[in-house]
Amino acid sequence: MERKEWPLWEVFVRSKAGLSHKHAGSLHAPDEEMAISNARDVYTRRAEGVSIWVVESKHIHSTLETDSDSMFDPNEDKIYRHPTFYDIPDEVGHM
Amino acid sequence: MTEKDLQAIFDKKIENEVKIEPKDWMPDDYRKNVLRQMAQHAHSEIVGMLPEGNWITRAPSLRRKVALLAKIQDEAGHGLYLYSAAETLGRTRERIVLDLLEGKAKYSSIFNYPALTWADIGAVGWLVDGAAIVNQIMLQKTSYGPYSRSMIRICKEESFHQRQGYEILLTLCRGTEEQKAMAQDALNRFWWPSLMMFGPSDKDSPHSAQSMAWKIKRMGNDELRQKFIDQTVPQAEFLGLIIPDPDLKWNEEKGQYDWGDIDWTEFNNVIKGNGPCNKERLAARQAAYDNGVWVREAATAYANKKSERRNKDAA
Repeated sequence: MERKEWPLWEVFVRSKAGLSHKHAGSLHAPDEEMAISNARDVYTRRAEGVSIWVVESKHIHSTLETDSDSMFDPNEDKIYRHPTFYDIPDEVGHM
Repeated sequence: MTEKDLQAIFDKKIENEVKIEPKDWMPDDYRKNVLRQMAQHAHSEIVGMLPEGNWITRAPSLRRKVALLAKIQDEAGHGLYLYSAAETLGRTRERIVLDLLEGKAKYSSIFNYPALTWADIGAVGWLVDGAAIVNQIMLQKTSYGPYSRSMIRICKEESFHQRQGYEILLTLCRGTEEQKAMAQDALNRFWWPSLMMFGPSDKDSPHSAQSMAWKIKRMGNDELRQKFIDQTVPQAEFLGLIIPDPDLKWNEEKGQYDWGDIDWTEFNNVIKGNGPCNKERLAARQAAYDNGVWVREAATAYANKKSERRNKDAA
């Protein structure tokens, strides 16, 4: 299929070994090879990273902003998921 | 939800300093206003490469040349961050670029002045980037999330730009009489246009009040301009250069400088397209666009060929 405008890619950069890739920004490129090459020039000019992921933006699925209340609400009333919910005597020490 | 509810949620976010993100509901005028400002900012970065690009091959040393190249490359990057941020509001990159070429979008009036001497490259870094930094530090707190994030990234990278400019002028000012005169001449020509970069006085600025209410801008044009003057005057004194404003003097009571009137006729004239380089700048952007057509097409054709080949192998 013919494409006219270059697709949009999201760029994720791992700043150093041991850390996760983090979203850095986006750019247009005709294919993944050029996307990585451009991402290197645009987002890592000052040693900001050791690894780059590029993902075509259309492949990213997300929650809807309008859903966020119902989507994330249950966490608020499930306080038993947090360590402070449980009573442990001080004498036991750090747990 | 009714539009009134959505408006209330939006207003609450603005009030509580919660950033607005691309998929959030926002008033049409907010979208238009942020988009206009981001696109204008992006165009300024790109057009701003032109006066400096003129000096790459004529930089006086390899040290100056690599620094200038790196600065100009940063500006291309900054343009890209801002174009990407602008695109999140639903206008395509292609359309935003064409808006500039078709004369529908503006860029900072400062780039319609020529860089005539090597000292101008120093003055551009010191004054033009200096003024831009004052503005951009304020914009790090803008209410639109993608704009704020690109400003934070840009501010981190930008301080080298101003330092390299000041160092150029410092070297000239410590050189021969002729070199110092060249530095003074650059300051004479760039001082007032740099002050104009902050835009018209707030009382005459069509977008200021609404932009402040929506927290797109966090400080007024006049306040930013004063901040720039107060921090720049001592830097000029250190260079031993004279700021071309006979009314400039320290006001002990206010704790800031008093200064003369800006020639707004000149500003409006440059905005309208009659500055020294308006036509040249747009022609250069148009030529870059036209000369890039075959590159963009070839890259697309290559990407298509590769993906077809991959599909065939998979089948």
